[in-house]
Amino acid sequence: MNDPDKNNIIEIEGLNSWYGDRQILSNISLNVVRKEIMVIMGHSGSGKSTLLRHMIGLDKSKSGSIKLLDKEITNLNRKELHELRKRIGVAFQNGALFSSMSLQDNVELPLREHTKLDQNTIRIMSRLKLELMNLSDSESLMPAELSGGMLKRAGLARAVIMDPEVLFFDEPSAGLDPVTSAELDNLILQLRDALNMTIVVVTHDLDSAFKIADRITVLDDGHQIITGNKDMIRNFPDPRIVNMLERKAMDDMIDADDYLNKLTRD
Amino acid sequence: MVSIRKLQALSTIENGLIRLGIAGLFLFETIRTIVLPPYSLKPLIKQIAFIGARSMLVIIVAGLFVGMVIALQFYDTLLRFGSISLLGSAVGLSLIRELGPVITALMVIGRSGSAMCAEIGIMRVDNQIDALECMAIDPYRYLFAPRILASVICVPLLTAIFILVGIFGGYFVGVILFGVSPGSYFQGMSDTILNRDILMSFSKSIVFGLLIAWIACDKGFNLHLDKRGAYGSEGVSRITTEAVVISSMAILFSDYLLSALIL
Repeated sequence: MNDPDKNNIIEIEGLNSWYGDRQILSNISLNVVRKEIMVIMGHSGSGKSTLLRHMIGLDKSKSGSIKLLDKEITNLNRKELHELRKRIGVAFQNGALFSSMSLQDNVELPLREHTKLDQNTIRIMSRLKLELMNLSDSESLMPAELSGGMLKRAGLARAVIMDPEVLFFDEPSAGLDPVTSAELDNLILQLRDALNMTIVVVTHDLDSAFKIADRITVLDDGHQIITGNKDMIRNFPDPRIVNMLERKAMDDMIDADDYLNKLTRD
Repeated sequence: MVSIRKLQALSTIENGLIRLGIAGLFLFETIRTIVLPPYSLKPLIKQIAFIGARSMLVIIVAGLFVGMVIALQFYDTLLRFGSISLLGSAVGLSLIRELGPVITALMVIGRSGSAMCAEIGIMRVDNQIDALECMAIDPYRYLFAPRILASVICVPLLTAIFILVGIFGGYFVGVILFGVSPGSYFQGMSDTILNRDILMSFSKSIVFGLLIAWIACDKGFNLHLDKRGAYGSEGVSRITTEAVVISSMAILFSDYLLSALIL
């Protein structure tokens, strides 16, 4: 455990990603250590969700290396990727629950598919997680009957049902009121402290990021501006970060020719 | 200008071929998960209930009226040739060889194929398919294997029901309404219908069952490959329309191909 490399749960080296001709990520390098909460921040379209999709192998890039739990995720075949994914949990922005199943069935699905536990044990385990997420009264509801915050918590319950080593959470506070969003932040902290998870959170919410993060990575237009702890971020002189912290829009100097070109292009 | 058009046409053909290849790989992967263990019965039964059991009423009503109308048409036509005794074989042969498999398949496309495609398309848009992947649950095994297998099982059975009901629909019009003798209706049938006709009907409906579920599932699953931009609800509505049109065309085309091969 003293070997620092052993503590790296995720290691990304020189990751580039393109969508058609547009480059979404350029030369991203970062590592996430065990039991850390790493928050990836950036405004909409900065490539933070794409970075998350690369980390869990949903998107693949030909350029760069991503090691997740010591496996080079870019060269895994389907089967190896599935084995690796049994050790991680992913909570999607909108919960991504299956609309044809009740909340409880949704949460129990990974256990049913991957374990040979009997029905009673599965039920107890799912109730434990639903209780943790404050959803125990709603277990028989269908996803369509849940509110946005409940959907996110249900997605989180499903993501952690297998007690994963790493949890990925996409936009926990998007579309939620501040109180519900603060509850989710507390849940994330609890998961790390109680269940020893390493957690990667993608968000654009400053308050939430500074509340839960051990370290923060800031992306802008696919470029990694900085990765560091909260103080480093607060004191970083880059104007993009200063503006972000002060919630100011970037006031780019407008070039008259450029502007005219933009308006008149086909 | 001409060269640009040529290039565009070439790239359309190239894209079409690539898309066909992706659909082929999709089918290969699904069949692999159908053949290889582990097998799970529950999702298969659920899909059989959806594609098969819940289509029964539609198929029975359609079969009845198709049988009735072809008996009516054949009665009128055969009367002109003075060969009313052939009514049974005419109704039976046309139902078994053509109308049964084709109309059943078209009904199943409208009822189940479109629903399947829209459901899977929405799952793709809503990240549910990504969520499955992230839970290490193989979408091919969990979503597509039961659907395609259920469709291959159900379409032949529905076709058989359609034909049976159709024959009795024809009986009602020919024998009860127009007074053709019941003996000649059924005897004509059993004299002219060969095993080969039944085999043709059966193999057609198996191929149709495969085509319906394959096209619907592939269209929904690969919604994100569509380069025309619209993802989301418009994307779902477009791929559903496409799936219905393409699978209907595929059925009519393969119907001719199979008839030509077997005859």
